[in-house]
Amino acid sequence: MASTDGRLVISFNGEIFNHVELRKDLEARGHVFRTTSDTEVILHLYAAYGDGCLSRLNGDFAFAIWDDERQRMFLARDRMGVRPLFYAQHRGAVYFASEVKALLTVPGFTSKLDIRALDQIFTLWAPLAPRTAFENVFELEPGSYAIVDASGTRTARYWQLTFPDRDDRPSPRSADELEALLSDAVRLRMRADVPVGCYLSGGLDSSIVAAVASRMSADPLRTYAIGFESAEHDESRYQSIVAEHLRTRHLRTLVTGSDIARDFRNVVTHAERPIIRSAPSPLYALARTVRSDGIKAVLTGEGADEILAGYDIFKEAKVRRFCARQPGSRFRPLLFRRLYPYLPNLARQTPEYLSAYFAAGKQDLDDPLFSHRPRFRSTSAAKILFSADLRSALDGYDAAEEMASQLPEDFRRWHPLHQGQYLETRFLLPGYILSSQGDRMAMAHGIEGRFPFLDHRLVEFAAGLPPDQKLKGLEEKHLLRRVARDLLPKEIVERPKQPYRAPDSEAFVGPSSSAYVHAMLHPDNIRSTGLFDPSAVDRLHRKCEAGKAVGFRDNAAFIGVLSTELWQQAFTAGSACRAVA
Amino acid sequence: MFDNPRATIRTFIIENFLFGDAASMPDDKASLLESGVLDSTGVLELVGFIEQTWDFEMADDEIVPANLDSVLKIAAFVMSKQAHEAA
Repeated sequence: MASTDGRLVISFNGEIFNHVELRKDLEARGHVFRTTSDTEVILHLYAAYGDGCLSRLNGDFAFAIWDDERQRMFLARDRMGVRPLFYAQHRGAVYFASEVKALLTVPGFTSKLDIRALDQIFTLWAPLAPRTAFENVFELEPGSYAIVDASGTRTARYWQLTFPDRDDRPSPRSADELEALLSDAVRLRMRADVPVGCYLSGGLDSSIVAAVASRMSADPLRTYAIGFESAEHDESRYQSIVAEHLRTRHLRTLVTGSDIARDFRNVVTHAERPIIRSAPSPLYALARTVRSDGIKAVLTGEGADEILAGYDIFKEAKVRRFCARQPGSRFRPLLFRRLYPYLPNLARQTPEYLSAYFAAGKQDLDDPLFSHRPRFRSTSAAKILFSADLRSALDGYDAAEEMASQLPEDFRRWHPLHQGQYLETRFLLPGYILSSQGDRMAMAHGIEGRFPFLDHRLVEFAAGLPPDQKLKGLEEKHLLRRVARDLLPKEIVERPKQPYRAPDSEAFVGPSSSAYVHAMLHPDNIRSTGLFDPSAVDRLHRKCEAGKAVGFRDNAAFIGVLSTELWQQAFTAGSACRAVA
Repeated sequence: MFDNPRATIRTFIIENFLFGDAASMPDDKASLLESGVLDSTGVLELVGFIEQTWDFEMADDEIVPANLDSVLKIAAFVMSKQAHEAA
């Protein structure tokens, strides 16, 4: 779309949820609109406020405005990183797109796997923006904009997540305030020309979003859920409780291991990066169901675990700190069992082993990555499969240290819980949850995910809460549970967090195993791409086939290798060069 | 007398946790947890292997780093269990 005078031209992906309010303000200032679209609102807002327009937007967006008068391109991305924006420079020009695939069609432009990004995925679960899995392709970081003109490309942040100093001791806030903000965030995200549905996991976050949305909807809300065959992963019982309580029109998609394996090739092609979990695959299937049911936008509970401290990793870090204060205690490590009741292997561990595995010394307490070190250590173990050439090429590189180098100056002044929340919200949320599990899987079927908990007003409110209003003892999302009391059945309100997980390697092995899995993991293929050790991958594959891959590490390694090989096939097939020379 | 099980234990760890990468195997005195060879579920795999290979059951209070956190400790533990079972 172009402005009336032709000075501005915009390319826009996403939604501006507060476009109605922005339009009124602009009309009061004399702006005249030709359409009712939010795209035109951005153009007028930019014309009125320039780069400062971004702080007025409440939405999920990635856009580019060509400013003919100033002879520059203005690229911008939403605060939390919901909508993707990639760019590459080639022969003096800057190309941008919502998918890397589009950049790969630029004549003469080629790319290959960025091996540091691969190391980051095998450590941190996601590349560290602006790096992507593709060499010389970058993503604009969430909350940032870029200006491209004759003098080059410059990026800057217009928003960033921040927390109060730990000594500031913020005042408690009321559940009513949280509910009011959440309600308004849902209200804005219900704006659409078509009905908006809702994902329902059976947990607190999506249930509360569905409850608020149901109150605002004249017709029964349409809810969508994933069911699994294995009791370990399935949450259908809780989904049904919520659906019946809210009287939604509920549709459950049963996802089998075969479904996960069958869809996985498409999943990697859409994710455009190697992944270490199969969890995006059922979400791909769910979006397909939603699409076939005629819905184009869904609300989800994504973001609540980050901003209101729902993840187990926050509790784990709290217990590790507790144990570190009395290292010899035999009883304190037993608290780790309470963190992961859904992991039977962990429940069988003795206190000595729990202590040995999770425990930290006092010297570790100042580590800025304290909360995430066990996860990084466990994930990194999968790098034992890297080939000798890849290890040599990565010699001396430390992905976790690169992450630490990107932390803001005031990070160390924050409460430990807030430090963990920052790591999760800045890095994993956009790098994996919103992309590989979120936008890419939904948009593969033309479904737009909308995330009320990631409304920036709610994010800022939650960041300012005292830590014990989020994690009270070992009860996660304390303030949100108080909001939920009036909206949901007690069984849901009091239900402990069950993280969304899907069957990993077990979905890809056995009698019905897909032929492509064997082809991708065959020593000849592994040797030809050069990234992994063929013999080691073969041993891992056989271990999985024998049903002996019981832990996170083996499963992450299996999915990581398989997805990397699929990535290679999808994006560099036919390329003359191996990923590692 | 029983054969020293060190070699069997080493081979199992290299095959099962290091996928054949003997160069990454620490020496027999080194901590398997600290060196990153074992994670929390890996310990359970190790226990299953020991019970199956030497045909005895491990009590919960035997599943501790003092018995299992290095090849040497595992070997000493296995030999002591065998001696105890034979007595």
